[in-house]
Amino acid sequence: MKPLLQTRGLTMRFGGLTALDALDLDIAPQEILALLGPNGSGKTTCFNVITGLYKASAGSVRFGGEDLSGCAPQTVYSHGITRTFQRLRLSLPLTVFDNVVIGNTRNLDESLWFNLFRRAAFKRQHGEMVERVHQLLKTFNVGLADKLWEPAINLSMLDRRRVEICRALISEPRLLLLDEPSAGMTHDETNELMDDILKVRQSVAPFAIALIEHEMNLIQRISERCVVLNYGKKIAEGPYADIIQDPQVQVAYLGKE
Amino acid sequence: MSTFFSKASRGLLIGALALGFLAAWALLHAESQLEILFLGVIVFAVVGASRYLGLASPLGASASANPRLLGLGCIAGVLILLGLFHDEHFALLLLATVLIYSVACLGLNVQFGYAGIVNFAGAAFFGIGSYTAAMLALHSGVPDLLAILIAGFVAAALGSLLILPVLRTRGHYAALVTIAFGILFRTFMEVNDSFGGPQGLRIPSMTLLGIDLGESLEWGDSEISFYANFVILALILCTTAFWLVRRLERSWLGVAMDMVRTDEISASVFGVRIARTKVMAFVFGNFLIGVAGASYGLMTGYVAPNNFTFGDSLILVSIVILGGIGNPWGIIPAVAIVMILPEKLQSIQEYRFLLYGLLVIAILLFRPQGLLPRTVRQFFPGRPS
Repeated sequence: MKPLLQTRGLTMRFGGLTALDALDLDIAPQEILALLGPNGSGKTTCFNVITGLYKASAGSVRFGGEDLSGCAPQTVYSHGITRTFQRLRLSLPLTVFDNVVIGNTRNLDESLWFNLFRRAAFKRQHGEMVERVHQLLKTFNVGLADKLWEPAINLSMLDRRRVEICRALISEPRLLLLDEPSAGMTHDETNELMDDILKVRQSVAPFAIALIEHEMNLIQRISERCVVLNYGKKIAEGPYADIIQDPQVQVAYLGKE
Repeated sequence: MSTFFSKASRGLLIGALALGFLAAWALLHAESQLEILFLGVIVFAVVGASRYLGLASPLGASASANPRLLGLGCIAGVLILLGLFHDEHFALLLLATVLIYSVACLGLNVQFGYAGIVNFAGAAFFGIGSYTAAMLALHSGVPDLLAILIAGFVAAALGSLLILPVLRTRGHYAALVTIAFGILFRTFMEVNDSFGGPQGLRIPSMTLLGIDLGESLEWGDSEISFYANFVILALILCTTAFWLVRRLERSWLGVAMDMVRTDEISASVFGVRIARTKVMAFVFGNFLIGVAGASYGLMTGYVAPNNFTFGDSLILVSIVILGGIGNPWGIIPAVAIVMILPEKLQSIQEYRFLLYGLLVIAILLFRPQGLLPRTVRQFFPGRPS
């Protein structure tokens, strides 16, 4: 099958440091891929380059047959790639609705004329969006739907992460990049969160997921394929059961004897 | 039961509006600093008592549930004040000034409170508006009302040049760029003789549909100050600006602006065009500031570079902070305090600025979020959500 996302020779240098070194990464449509590696191995950098936050020093990114190398984050988003952040990036003074609805920018009319002077049409679009956000929150977690008009600052850590994931899902992306969804959460919370994501995934057209994670249980449970990075290079690739046997991976994680 | 509550909450809002009106009347009426002091103590006591009684949060809820009542109440208040002070030049001048400065601060509020662009050149854009209106009134036959609009567009256009360096810089550096622009504007106006140089320009009195707004009116046997014309003009402008800004806030653009202010990175990852959003906020804001400047110039009949200093820009910014950043409703009491109080304390001469400065520090110390802090966005009040 043709890959959904395909990077070739993707390289990112910061001064003398090579954070990402000629990475070839393929993600198939509807696949769940886990991206592993010790701290500082270039996983988040990889996400940042794919989403256009960093401009790659070399290499290419193709997505759904189109070349996205060097594109602005807004362009990458409009092709259907969304993400979450390792450290949550919600706008805390804004309501849950505001935070989630902005994830749907590509379906919102942002022209000045529409927003200021076509209030009847705006009200209609707003009503649809409220319905949609509410529905998504409800599918995700029943308790969260009641907090639609709460400012995000009032939410617990777990709910904030849920809201961030909802923001990434509302536009129905083709690829979701999850940057360490378990960071700062307990085992049970992480499991609950992943179950929620998989539940939503079943209710819409299934999208591909690339997941940065350290929780081995979680990876074993949900990933279909793993890619292991070390010092920005791909050192192993394959199903979970295979890569944990890989001597190179063991060295990267545990060091040499 | 619920109708009882909605009636009670509406009653509360009307009561608060009436008290606000009384305070505004007393502030305009007061002549000695003793009266001002007395008024200050009363306002402080009333606000304190209502918070003690737990009325503050139901009042806030009522205000956001009945925006129309609040708006109409304020307009009615201004009209009643106009009636009460109809023959007093100075009181009406102050009233019109407050309304005009509110327009300018609404513009700053869009830039600073929504999109997070600091603009320390507010007085310069105000000045651009004034000078544009002056030049049009002196050298062209453009109707004055149209001149006010053109002044807004000129301020917006010059602002869109300034936004280029502002977009390339961040935080303190962006602030410095705007400060530099403000100083540049003032210096240019001072040395350029075609704009009247340091002495400035006199503007012929404003006419509207053939009526000279600078003429006092007779009504029966009582005389109506010509400033009444400007109060009405300023009220119309202020209401329109307010209406536009509130709509902007309660729209996708408002959400996008808040997003850009709070987190540019996540905004860009979700498709918000950062530069476009900032330019929009900046241009929109400067348009309002320019319109305000033009109306003020036409009212006072005089423009000079000395009225558009860095200090004046700071006053505009301090009004927005004092009122509660991002809340258009906070601007009106803040403008009233900042513009009227120093005028009322004339008799203590230079010390009035000291006193005024102390007041601002005290407010920010005890209420750092401003007089009326911004609440979360409610798109359509009354809608079950």
